Amino acid sequence: MRRVAKLYQSSVGKKILMALSGLILFGFIVGHMVGNLKVLSGPESFNAYAEFLRDFGYPLIPHEGFLWVFRIVLLGAVLLHAASAFQLWGTSRSARSGMYRKTVDLSFSYASRTMRWGGVILALFVVYHILHLTTGTVHVDFVAGDVYHNYVVAFQSPIILGFYAVAQAALCFHLYHGLWSVTQTLGASHPKYNPLRRPVAVVLALGIFVGFLIPPVLVATGVVS
Amino acid sequence: MKLKLHIWRQSAPDVRGGFETIAADNVSAHMSFLEMLDVVNEGLIAEGKEPVAFDHDCREGICGTCGMMINGNPHGPWEGTSACQLHMRAFQDGDEIWIEPWRARAFPVLKDLVVDRSAFDRIIQAGGYVSIRTGSAPDANAVPIGKEWADEAFDAAACIGCGACVAACPNASAMLFTAAKVTQLARLPQGQPERYERVLSMVDTHDSEGFGNCTNHGACQNACPKGISVDYIAQLNRDLFKATLMDRPDEAAV
Ligand code: HEM
Ligand code: SF4
Ligand code: FES
Repeated sequence: MRRVAKLYQSSVGKKILMALSGLILFGFIVGHMVGNLKVLSGPESFNAYAEFLRDFGYPLIPHEGFLWVFRIVLLGAVLLHAASAFQLWGTSRSARSGMYRKTVDLSFSYASRTMRWGGVILALFVVYHILHLTTGTVHVDFVAGDVYHNYVVAFQSPIILGFYAVAQAALCFHLYHGLWSVTQTLGASHPKYNPLRRPVAVVLALGIFVGFLIPPVLVATGVVS
Repeated sequence: MKLKLHIWRQSAPDVRGGFETIAADNVSAHMSFLEMLDVVNEGLIAEGKEPVAFDHDCREGICGTCGMMINGNPHGPWEGTSACQLHMRAFQDGDEIWIEPWRARAFPVLKDLVVDRSAFDRIIQAGGYVSIRTGSAPDANAVPIGKEWADEAFDAAACIGCGACVAACPNASAMLFTAAKVTQLARLPQGQPERYERVLSMVDTHDSEGFGNCTNHGACQNACPKGISVDYIAQLNRDLFKATLMDRPDEAAV
């Protein structure tokens, strides 16, 4: 904890904490996407998977115990990630004294320029997503415990599908720059592997995008119902 | 050729500046950009006006003194070229050119295109040196250094401290400069004893001077007249991470 605090004191340290928490979130995203693909193998399989998450380790661990530990770790990662991002954003804003009259864009990519606002959009999406498919607060026909039903009903609406697709595109951009950036931030730079960093980031980011959208698209087109 | 220049004029640090439009009618394609400004200044002086202040020294791309935003490009449109090495053949008759000073809180404008870059000096003072007794020059090869390491140290040492990286960075971060200086010494045996204290102290000074935080945009690398690579920033990050985790007692008080 003391080392975390020490890292947090320096600007580069904050970035390192952002990179580590970003990696935790990325790990979650991968698991979540793979879990969602289980929709394709039918209601029993998908609901059993949801059940498994809630009862992992039961009776050794109380009902939903594991899930809550998991949620707390994720929440902690999101807070650390966002708090560092906002603080660094603040100092960087005040470091620039006025804008240039003429500018040429010299940055590496569109994704690199949209990390901050893109991140804010992702955070808003996460809130909506939890209210939608976890608590059901904003769901049209939520049945507690029937995760498959909730999923399929949701994506029968093209508006919801479109909304999720936009959010996934934002995630794809954030991860494209993030996964490249993480190698810089953690100092994993090596002349031999550096040329691989961009392609790997593209493949992973696109993989996440496609993986998340296959099941909803199949629901919307009626292949899965 | 004839050019229309829009040059940032500001008489003193705390005075509001603005663009002045000046016609440059006698420009030869063989002039360097700074020679073109010299000719403009002679014209201004002849008219009894204040010449445009700009920084320059070697005019051969090695000292890092010159530097200005030329149409939104630090040092102008040529890749790997400082403003003094830019030639007017990069432009065409009738072009409009916007010339602005570096804009960063850590680089306050002193006059017109001249900014105060002493923040870089203070980053160097924080650790960009080795405190060894130098004595007389050692024999060549007395201290063996691998070819790759020597090459990397040499490439990092190419940084001339011009500040284009800060000027180009949307965060006004000086990470490319700081990383070049950190890596140059981290790659050499002489730099090892102070390696980790150096990175902590240089990054601390970088922050307290009011530079922003790197988001791995890469604008610095594209703007740098010396081709300094963002790979050095990864090296700096790694050294800082290690330095913090090593948790040596002498920095516990920091
Ligand atoms: C509160 C919402 C968020 C904000 C404001 C935010 C903002 C940022 C910013 C500014 C960066 C730094 C970019 C850089 O240094 O190049 C970043 C990096 C990153 N983000 Fe996020 N983000 C958010 C949510 C997320 C989420 C939900 C994920 C999970 C998929 C994520 C994954 C990453 C990764 C892997 C990185 C790379 C870390 C690095 O720079 O080394 N972020 N984020
Ligand atoms: S890294 Fe490049 S742009 Fe930055 S100060 Fe050094 S030479 Fe100039
Ligand atoms: S005047 Fe020395 S580098 Fe341009």
